[in-house]
Amino acid sequence: MATNIRLEGEAGGLALPLRRDAVGWQDRPILLRLISIALFAAIWEIAGLIPVSFAFPTFSDTLVAFFGLLADGSLPSAYLSTLQPLVVGVVLSAFLGVGIGTICGLSRTGEWLIVPVFIVLQSAPVAAFIPLVTFVYGIGMTAKVLAVMILALPVIVLNTYKAVRNVNGSLLSMCRSFLGTRWQSISKIILPDASPVIFAGLRLGVAAGFVGVVLAELLITPTGIGDVITFHRSRADYAEMYATIASIIALSTLTLVFLQWVEVRVFRPEKRGR
Amino acid sequence: MGATALRNKPAPVSAPNDAIVEVRGICKTYGNVEALRGVDLDFPRGKLTSLLGPSGCGKTTLLKIIAGLIEADAGTVTIDGKPVKGPGPERAFVFQDFALMPWATVLRNVAFGLELRRRARAEREEIARRYIAQVGLAGFEDKYPHELSGGMRQRVGLARALSVDAEVLLLDEPFSAVDEQNRRKFQEDLIRLRTQENKTFIFVTHSIEEAVYISDRIVLLSPRPGRVSRIIEPEIDRSGDPDRIHRDKHYLDTVEEIWQGLKQYVE
Repeated sequence: MATNIRLEGEAGGLALPLRRDAVGWQDRPILLRLISIALFAAIWEIAGLIPVSFAFPTFSDTLVAFFGLLADGSLPSAYLSTLQPLVVGVVLSAFLGVGIGTICGLSRTGEWLIVPVFIVLQSAPVAAFIPLVTFVYGIGMTAKVLAVMILALPVIVLNTYKAVRNVNGSLLSMCRSFLGTRWQSISKIILPDASPVIFAGLRLGVAAGFVGVVLAELLITPTGIGDVITFHRSRADYAEMYATIASIIALSTLTLVFLQWVEVRVFRPEKRGR
Repeated sequence: MGATALRNKPAPVSAPNDAIVEVRGICKTYGNVEALRGVDLDFPRGKLTSLLGPSGCGKTTLLKIIAGLIEADAGTVTIDGKPVKGPGPERAFVFQDFALMPWATVLRNVAFGLELRRRARAEREEIARRYIAQVGLAGFEDKYPHELSGGMRQRVGLARALSVDAEVLLLDEPFSAVDEQNRRKFQEDLIRLRTQENKTFIFVTHSIEEAVYISDRIVLLSPRPGRVSRIIEPEIDRSGDPDRIHRDKHYLDTVEEIWQGLKQYVE
């Protein structure tokens, strides 16, 4: 998730509109990231060769197992079933969470009524609720979507709420003095100004959603990715198990990178290429 | 002293028929701090009036009451006879901290007042480009605020206020966050701009030199509680070289005289 956001430097008194920094190795984030991944793979390979544990495969074995799982179709079909509750839960959490958080940030009543619930939810060990969810909603899709939402929603709501509450007051009175309506001040000032913190919450929420769906598949009914992990663990196919786990971590990371790309593209164009 | 018309009474002064902004009996208290007590003032049309005083004299509060951003506890403000109930299209505000949207380009920031009024994009951008050029920022339309210096950012704030074509411009210490060299250049530009735009300016400042340099009329406010202590009309010829003003005898005399008057309020 390395971002290359530098501190906003004043261009030193007089007008010096564009600064072209010297391009050094620090300024090539992609190269740096690739090196970091390669280093991690190398350490994994060595640790697997020692071996750390008989249940710890090498990086290369895991990679082979990954392509094996892809080829025999078990991984693609597992993702097909895992992604349904995940996508539904994350999308619902994102819209509901930003909506509820914005309302809480704008209205005192909303703040008093709703925020405490989410503060409790955020600090609670939510995984403990999952058996309860199963008890009420059974083992179907609804239960899994709920498991995703229980984990993803609180952090999205609370971040949005804090961001909206701490919006730049000077920009708000600017909007008011130029005759902006309440709705205009929300859509043109509050949401863009709050978007970095809202997106930080969304990233945490999406990551929590991945935790939720895997927990649901391990605890409620073994389906999708949870099933593949459980199955290969029971057969002591550790390379396959690790490959599955690594693949969902990779997917989660890619989703977060995509989210950041959307943020910079849509909401904060001034951070592009910085 | 001869060229400086002095009035020692805080009462509403002269030209009652051509005051665009009339302030009557404004009082404002924050908690147990009395910011303004019974302020009566007229702001003549087409003039630049400065509100000058030490910090705590309520000058920014008065400006924001005129802007409709703060409600007064008592008293009325009228613009062309119509009472102020909030912000209005005939007034535009320039903020001390610029209040630019960091995520928007110079062009969008300048056009923002018109965007809020739902004017078509092509139309508002054309107007914005004109004012960007007028404040000397042509070529910077697609830059973001963080790419500009403080002085340039405030030029964006000024262009935004000009582009909504308000009759009254309210400037809240616009140069206080701008470095000295840029401030002086900006003051010269403001004098030039005033000859092009036939607008009424109300200007809050704590700098005596700045007030005398640019104002037709200076309202001195005394602190705690804020009230009008004096009104001064420096008669300085601003038609020629702006640098000459700084050496003008009336300019220097007026600055000195105001300082003598304000000294008592500075601890």
